[in-house]
Amino acid sequence: MSIIEIENLVYEYKRDEDDLVRAIDNVSIEIEEGSFTAIIGKNGSGKSTLAKNINALLIPDSGTVYVDGFNTAADEAGLWEVRQRAGMVFQNPDNQLVAAIVEDDVAFGPENLGVPSEAIDERVREALTAVDMYEYRKKAPHMLSGGQKQRVAIAGVVAMRPKCIVFDEPTAMLDPHGRDEVMDIMKRLHDDGITVVLITHFMEEAADADRIIIMNEGKIELDGTPEEVFRHADRIRALNLSVPIAVELGDRLRKRGREIPGDIIRMEELVTYLCQ
Amino acid sequence: MSIIVKDLVHIYGEGTPYESLALDKVSMEVADGEFAGLIGHTGSGKSTLVQHMNGILKPKSGQIFVNGVDITAKGVRLTEIRRKIGLLFQYPEYQLFEETVYKDIAFGPSNLGISGDELDARVREAMATVGLDFATFAERSPFELSGGQKRKAAIAGVIAMKPEALILDEPTAGLDPKSQADVFDMMNKIREENKIIMILISHNMGDVARMCDKIFVMEKGKIVLEGAPDEVFSQGEFLKSRGLGLPPTAELIHMMRESGAKLAETPLTIDAAVEMIDDYMSERELGRPGASV
Amino acid sequence: MIRDITIGQYYPGESWVHKLDPRLKIIVTLIFIISLFFIRDFVGYSIAVAAVWITIGISKVPLRFILRGLKAIFMIIIFTFALNMFMTGGTVLVKIGFLTVTYEGLYRAFFMALRLVLLIIGSSLLTLTTKPVKLTDGIERLLNPFKRIGLPAHELAMMMTIALRFIPTLLEETDKIMKAQMARGADFESGSIFKRAKNMIPILVPLFISAFRIAQELAMAMEARCYRGGEGRTKLHELKFKKRDLAAAILTCLFLALIIVVRLKGG
Repeated sequence: MSIIEIENLVYEYKRDEDDLVRAIDNVSIEIEEGSFTAIIGKNGSGKSTLAKNINALLIPDSGTVYVDGFNTAADEAGLWEVRQRAGMVFQNPDNQLVAAIVEDDVAFGPENLGVPSEAIDERVREALTAVDMYEYRKKAPHMLSGGQKQRVAIAGVVAMRPKCIVFDEPTAMLDPHGRDEVMDIMKRLHDDGITVVLITHFMEEAADADRIIIMNEGKIELDGTPEEVFRHADRIRALNLSVPIAVELGDRLRKRGREIPGDIIRMEELVTYLCQ
Repeated sequence: MSIIVKDLVHIYGEGTPYESLALDKVSMEVADGEFAGLIGHTGSGKSTLVQHMNGILKPKSGQIFVNGVDITAKGVRLTEIRRKIGLLFQYPEYQLFEETVYKDIAFGPSNLGISGDELDARVREAMATVGLDFATFAERSPFELSGGQKRKAAIAGVIAMKPEALILDEPTAGLDPKSQADVFDMMNKIREENKIIMILISHNMGDVARMCDKIFVMEKGKIVLEGAPDEVFSQGEFLKSRGLGLPPTAELIHMMRESGAKLAETPLTIDAAVEMIDDYMSERELGRPGASV
Repeated sequence: MIRDITIGQYYPGESWVHKLDPRLKIIVTLIFIISLFFIRDFVGYSIAVAAVWITIGISKVPLRFILRGLKAIFMIIIFTFALNMFMTGGTVLVKIGFLTVTYEGLYRAFFMALRLVLLIIGSSLLTLTTKPVKLTDGIERLLNPFKRIGLPAHELAMMMTIALRFIPTLLEETDKIMKAQMARGADFESGSIFKRAKNMIPILVPLFISAFRIAQELAMAMEARCYRGGEGRTKLHELKFKKRDLAAAILTCLFLALIIVVRLKGG
């Protein structure tokens, strides 16, 4: 069953007077409930605009977006249903935390939903435990590292009990340690049954998804499992994107006449193949 | 030009309950024309260290000699140090403030007392170096630019000061792959043209391995390892035990060794890795029982 | 490091005073401040000093933290003291040149200064023992009844919350921008006042842009988390009036009664 249904989505924004830029150009995507989808593209490819359309932060100019059966462009009441079901984590860990204490911040979403006090308390505990930040619940966000702040932001979304979370370049501003922390949490949430949509330009992160969608100039360029998508290494490079190191090496070795299976996309797989 | 750091100590918030030792007797040396890399976890002291090199921070004790002159001594003119050593901060686009890209790039050199034709020439030169077309961008507001272009404009602002040493604190953080590649091309260009000292702080081991002649590894305010890239990155166990990564190619070879492959070298570039794996596969074919000799 | 700056002057603790309902603490502080203006004589001041002394004792806040608050207004206290001492007519005690110190003047000066000191200590105690977050919460609930006459209680509290959250972030940002401009040769230390003000532009412009960016991103993040104003919102920590709050309320009433009795008797 698909949880997100995007049909013929068009989204335009104004650059100057009379200068409309089509950020998303007639895109249709269905995302399976419980799946892990990575959306990749360089800056300006429309990937972030797409993410904001899923969360009803942006409303399509034409076409429709359904989240769990709710139309994002419907009435006000439907809008809150959409936002509750499809949570969103943003790039800058600092600018999405509202409260001066970690637990108050995590409570912000449930408070907005009108959840009773005792139930909020339970949700906050649950959400902070899920991201391994429970012991920091009384701390001020500005005392935390980037990765920790981002985990708190994730907890804030988890506390709303969404079915789906859209991560909009959540690791772009983090150091490698923070990046690993956030990736681990993301995979864990996926294992717990949450549908994950990850917007990123880190190929190594995308290799762990079930499905990769590559966007370019508002259109879908490639769509498939990582193994399928990375077979088109040349096309990906032509879009000014990189491919995972194992794919790159496999590709180069093949060009030298070596036999390397095309479905090797991770370093572990390459090592296993080479050292078998 | 050379930079020598001797027993540098820096303490944040001294005398408060938050006191922390940021630099613990750091000594290092960067010789003329060298490209040094500084790696380590966030909070290991990398940024604190480089901020001392152009007098932004004052040490508790220790000295820094720039071309033999102790810049921590009393009476040293700070403008003189800042002319010599350019420091590019993290996310430098957040420091843009002028109405036009031209004026913003001119800010640094004019603070050094440069004006007229010389100033104009420097702005043009800096824009050419970072790859911002003068006709297109000079009169544009820096705030209208894309993320990558803003970063380039900010870098141009430091280059226009014509420093004799250029320190870059995570110059590619947060950029997309294309802009990252542009920034690295630009660094190579500056280096080839000017042969100045460059110091790169980065979390990306692949970039450091590829770009630098010498690498310093910092941990908790100390330099715990230094040497040429192949020396440093052959210490896989040491780096991993400290939670630091390896360049992807070195990581691959490290993993192959753990799986029993006999490999001597540690390749730091994709080309070297391809070469090495190719050789390795040939050897295996030769050594395999039943293979034609 | 600038990130270690704590906002307000909260002194962490688990005392009885710390745990009181912030609403009650705000009201008690207001009552105390007003009551100070009813006090006229020695007995009244003794009671007020005793009350403050006991509260400080229970709160376990070290005296030096409390006195720190006085440092800032030390000059005002001295000025008040001097003004009252020299400007009040009555029985002359000493005469130095054109200045005369009267018995009444000295008496009045002492009590005026004491009133000021008590006022400051009283309000410091509130901020020292109440987290800014709780204080905001308390103010919001106290203002809630005034919503009906159009007071945006929730919005005011939300603004305070966001300010508390982002002051450290903006301080850090300022520090970074300042360093970056210094590295570009900017000078913030020398020159005339006019020149120095002009030199602040390279800091202020990026700072404002940062603030706008934060505002924009935060607004979007809040919307994504279903924020739609105060209507229908619940709270993680509902404030509950506990036994100790009742005890504190009774004590405050007793204190007020005492002050009034002393005032009436003293005439």
